[in-house]
Amino acid sequence: MTKEQIEHVRNNPKYQKLVKERSKFAWTLSIIMLVVYYAFILTIAFDPSALGTKMGDGVMTIGIPIGIAIIIIAFALTGVYVKRANSEFDELSRQVKEELKDIA
Amino acid sequence: MKKLLLLTLPFLLSVAAVASGAIEGEIEKQPLNISAIVMFLVFVAGTLGITYWAAKRTKTAKDFYTAGGGITGFQNGLAIAGDYMSAASFLGISGLVYLAGYDGLIYSIGFLVGWPVILFLVSERLRNLGKYTFADVAAYRLKQTPIRTLAALGSIATVILYLIAQMVGAGKLIQLLFGLPYELAVVLVGTLMILYVTFGGMLATTWVQIIKAVLLLSGATFMALAVMSHFGFSLEAMFAKAVEVHPKHQAIMAPGGLVSDPVSAISLGIALMFGTAGLPHILMRFFTVADAKEARKSVFFATGFIGYFYILTFIIGFGAIIMVLNNPEYIDHAKAMVNGAAPILGGKNMAAIHLAHAVGGNFFLGFISAVAFATILAVVSGLTLAGASAISHDLYANVFRRGSVDEAQEMKVSKIATVILGIITIFLGIAFEKQNIAFVVGLAFAIAASANFPVLFLSMFWKNLTTRGAVIGGSLGLATAVLLVILGPIVWVQIFGNAEAIFPYKYPALFSVTVAFIGIWFFSITDKSADAQKEREAFEAQDIRSQTGIGAEGASSH
Repeated sequence: MTKEQIEHVRNNPKYQKLVKERSKFAWTLSIIMLVVYYAFILTIAFDPSALGTKMGDGVMTIGIPIGIAIIIIAFALTGVYVKRANSEFDELSRQVKEELKDIA
Repeated sequence: MKKLLLLTLPFLLSVAAVASGAIEGEIEKQPLNISAIVMFLVFVAGTLGITYWAAKRTKTAKDFYTAGGGITGFQNGLAIAGDYMSAASFLGISGLVYLAGYDGLIYSIGFLVGWPVILFLVSERLRNLGKYTFADVAAYRLKQTPIRTLAALGSIATVILYLIAQMVGAGKLIQLLFGLPYELAVVLVGTLMILYVTFGGMLATTWVQIIKAVLLLSGATFMALAVMSHFGFSLEAMFAKAVEVHPKHQAIMAPGGLVSDPVSAISLGIALMFGTAGLPHILMRFFTVADAKEARKSVFFATGFIGYFYILTFIIGFGAIIMVLNNPEYIDHAKAMVNGAAPILGGKNMAAIHLAHAVGGNFFLGFISAVAFATILAVVSGLTLAGASAISHDLYANVFRRGSVDEAQEMKVSKIATVILGIITIFLGIAFEKQNIAFVVGLAFAIAASANFPVLFLSMFWKNLTTRGAVIGGSLGLATAVLLVILGPIVWVQIFGNAEAIFPYKYPALFSVTVAFIGIWFFSITDKSADAQKEREAFEAQDIRSQTGIGAEGASSH
């Protein structure tokens, strides 16, 4: 890329919007995943019996649905990200590329 | 502290067993299993056919390294899942559930949660910046020679360690399942892997991964459904029966004290999460798709398949508790006479294999055995291709020849590297047969997390990174990871026979990753050279490409 092209993209409000929103979204989702995982791991490290609490009269403990839920949350978060990125972010980035072509 | 360590020890040992994929301990050779061998031969014939087809389509270096960049997101998702669901996760995790119940789920979750983070922060930037290897990205605006050398060394170390673990696991598993001698099994796996990779390149490797993933997911689905149907598809009924027959009873429904020390827990979490994002054979898969959009879809599908697979292994483990645990057919009577306990034939990692027999008879046992073998073949092929690429693309083409090399020559070097890597792997597989390899995969993850990942991550996210910072910090991370593994409980105590470990934790990642990041940061900000200034200035252009894909590698036309 030439200096002018870099300058152009950098000053394009759409590019700024893309970078800002995607970065906020990506870090938010990453932090959600990390908090969920480490809350689980630290519960196991400090108070393992908590996850062994029975849910009813049977043998089922809350640890089972919580564990399965973390697997589902991990998958769901990837779905949430891909949906927004493949529509909104890709569209913005397409427009940025388009406008760059116009000046060239 | 001592007490904590004692509490953690069984945890560490079982992690090691899961991670290494080795079938630990003495293996008695089983009688030849004909249906398994026939199904395996069908798989080999099919994949060699694919290799022949792929060979005709593999003409350029781009075809060889990335299958021309034309794999779809869905296909790549399956292939990533195929790379990641090793025989170790299938047999090891279901075996752990069989032995300890809930604790198996803890590992599965640890192995899964790195994927979303890879998607959010790494995958699309990697796709937008790279061409064939992750070193392309790390060296994008830094000096080629030192950065590529470091990245290639990190890749080759990770690949070889991983290959040793897979080979030893493969030899023992095949010995057990098929009744073939250990050396023959290792030579067979090594030869097939050389054939797939040298002739079919990434295209053949990808399709071997996809077929294996589909077979493994179908087999595991069938087993889980067979188990659930016994209990009218009621989880409660299944768990109730398992609690009744398992010697630990209700304890299998809760964490069993395997993770009791926060430092180990966090360190393991870091190793799994950052290590996954630093595995060269996984990173390489992102260059096989056309653009960032397909790269994202790949992770979405991969996370779905891997998560689904781990839920299946959990059910399979419980199924084994119910149908294998007290079934005299699967008890090792010879050992039972000696110990009084009643271990299953082949050890706990065989739980899923015995369950296959219990739910589907000899035919299905043969199918699952063949799938386990196919799984190993697929994983070693992906690893070998990543190792060969580091040698030919990074070391040969960009370091040794300074980038002036024609494609045909580079591909030739790739193929030679594949053959040499394959032969080295066969020898190492045989040499390590009777060694304790429990530390090997842990070390591979530690190196990936402490050397590959920090350099790659900061090269994409941190403007002030310089060549000096990356090289010194990355090397420090690598050295710390290796040193702490040597001084840790597995190598220092179990292998060298010392009484006490100098470094008390088996997973060094928390410490070595920290050392790497601090080292990179410190030696970058104190770098006042003119070159460093240019590298900082080049960040903006790199960042624009990584954010938008302007100038990114496209798919080839055919």
